[in-house]
Amino acid sequence: MSALLELSEVSVSIGRAALLERISLRLEPGHILGLVGESGSGKSLTAMAAMGLLPLIGGRVTGGTVRFDGQDIAAMTDGQRRALRGRRIGFVTQNPMTALDPVQRIGAQIDVVSRLHLGLSRQAARARTLDLLTQLRIPEAAAVAEAWPHQLSGGMKQRIVIAMALAGDPDLIVADEPTTALDVTVQAQIIQILGALVRERGLALLLITHDMGVVAQICDRVAVLYAGRLAEENAVDPIFAAPAHPYTRALIGCIPQEGMARGSLHGIPGAVPGALQFPPGCRFHPRCPQASALCRATVPPLTPHGAGIAACHHLSVEAR
Amino acid sequence: MSGRALPAPLRAFRRPLGAVAGGWLAAVILAALFAPLLTPYDYDIQALKEAYQPASARHWLGTDEFGRDLLTRLIYGARTSLSVSGIAIALSVACGMTLGAAAAWFGGWFDRAVTVVVDLTWSFPEILIALILVAIIGPGTTGTMVAISVAYLAQFTRLTRAQILTLKSETFIEAARSLGAGNAHILFRHLLPNALAPVLVSAMLATGDAIILEATLGFFGLGAQPPVPSWGGMMSAGSALVFKAPWIIIFPGLAVAVTVVAINLFGDALIAELDIRARMRRQV
Repeated sequence: MSALLELSEVSVSIGRAALLERISLRLEPGHILGLVGESGSGKSLTAMAAMGLLPLIGGRVTGGTVRFDGQDIAAMTDGQRRALRGRRIGFVTQNPMTALDPVQRIGAQIDVVSRLHLGLSRQAARARTLDLLTQLRIPEAAAVAEAWPHQLSGGMKQRIVIAMALAGDPDLIVADEPTTALDVTVQAQIIQILGALVRERGLALLLITHDMGVVAQICDRVAVLYAGRLAEENAVDPIFAAPAHPYTRALIGCIPQEGMARGSLHGIPGAVPGALQFPPGCRFHPRCPQASALCRATVPPLTPHGAGIAACHHLSVEAR
Repeated sequence: MSGRALPAPLRAFRRPLGAVAGGWLAAVILAALFAPLLTPYDYDIQALKEAYQPASARHWLGTDEFGRDLLTRLIYGARTSLSVSGIAIALSVACGMTLGAAAAWFGGWFDRAVTVVVDLTWSFPEILIALILVAIIGPGTTGTMVAISVAYLAQFTRLTRAQILTLKSETFIEAARSLGAGNAHILFRHLLPNALAPVLVSAMLATGDAIILEATLGFFGLGAQPPVPSWGGMMSAGSALVFKAPWIIIFPGLAVAVTVVAINLFGDALIAELDIRARMRRQV
């Protein structure tokens, strides 16, 4: 199947800071790709690059290409890129509490997307909005459409944001940590809704998260990012069954398990280094339990590993 | 939730102080609008035989030094004072919002230029700016209007600029952009409507100050020219007669004071109803 979204060797800089280095990703229709990593690992930046939004934050692509449906995003005009956003790519923001304009009614905010991108009339757009709200299992859709953002709960607002992302009838949804700001029970609902959308509509979903639990629930493939580089990419089952990269293992170690003994939940010591203090060699080596002299000196290449790829000098050892 | 159906200015009436203040303002505005229907006298016909009369059944607030009915002149004076300060502030808000929004939107040298000029005028008291401008333009209602609107321009420019700057980095702006919204849509549909409420409330409060400024200019003889009455002009005429006929200066003075206090109280009620401070907190 041809890829809907394809990043090949994309590097991104803001000012002098090289924030992303040779990131390659592939996302096919009907699939969910999880993009994981700690804060500061470059997940959101990768999404911005995929949507052609980097100029907004002063960033630029310094190498590689981003292709959407076969077209190079960098070769498009601003107008073409804008027409892509909302129409073919829907975006779900991180914090639903602030993602809605406080002085516009809910319905109007959703309507405007389909009026802009699908050229619908006022009435047709509203009908479509109510239809979307119903599909997202929002009770009393008509009343909600007349409500103001401050009258809705966080989970409800996130569904409204998803409705806005869907209103232009997109092929790809980019969701930037859609559940981070929500409480656990609501998180599960939102994840369920997103998963159902992909299955029912054949959408592609790029799901950015730092929650490996969410990844395990709905993703098909996972890309693990660390300090602006791809650490590992693979289908979700092998990632959890036999994580190749020590960083992936560490992330999985952070998921609380049922029946875990008190105090046995692990964190990863240290923090993601800032873009101007990236260590030489493997960027994970200061925090890696298996770091050797080789890791400190040379950048590990991305090498095939099972059904995926990983960048670690100790892969052969771990593969056994 | 039911209260949300009413617009905020009407909700402000549900607060006791808001109702009293709003009631007074409504009365003054209505009186100014329907002045000719409310009084049998003219504001400019002199009747020297009836000069210096204190309050009576015939002249409720007495007469001035030319025998003109004081209440009549007070009501017509409300016309001048309210319309001059109201139009001046409206003009000031329109220019200030445009300037502030443009500065925040375009940034760069334009923003720096606007900020410097605005801060420069901000550093002078309003009365000084107004006096200089009236001196340049010449006394009269037009001159007063322009002078007042320039005097308050800095306030609205700064407020709008600050609002737009905070709003620009809000998630919903990013969200709108990532869904394909263009510049015009973001500026006119998202940024300006969100900046509007605080600007309007501060405009309301500034109108109170503008009435005082208008009265001050009138007192100096720079406002509306006789025989057209203005509250400041009436006080100026009365100031020489404080001991002979104190009511000539007392009633216009009271009108200014009570109206300005009413505007401030109503503005407070409006702020509480619009929940602006709470919204500011959420934006941090």
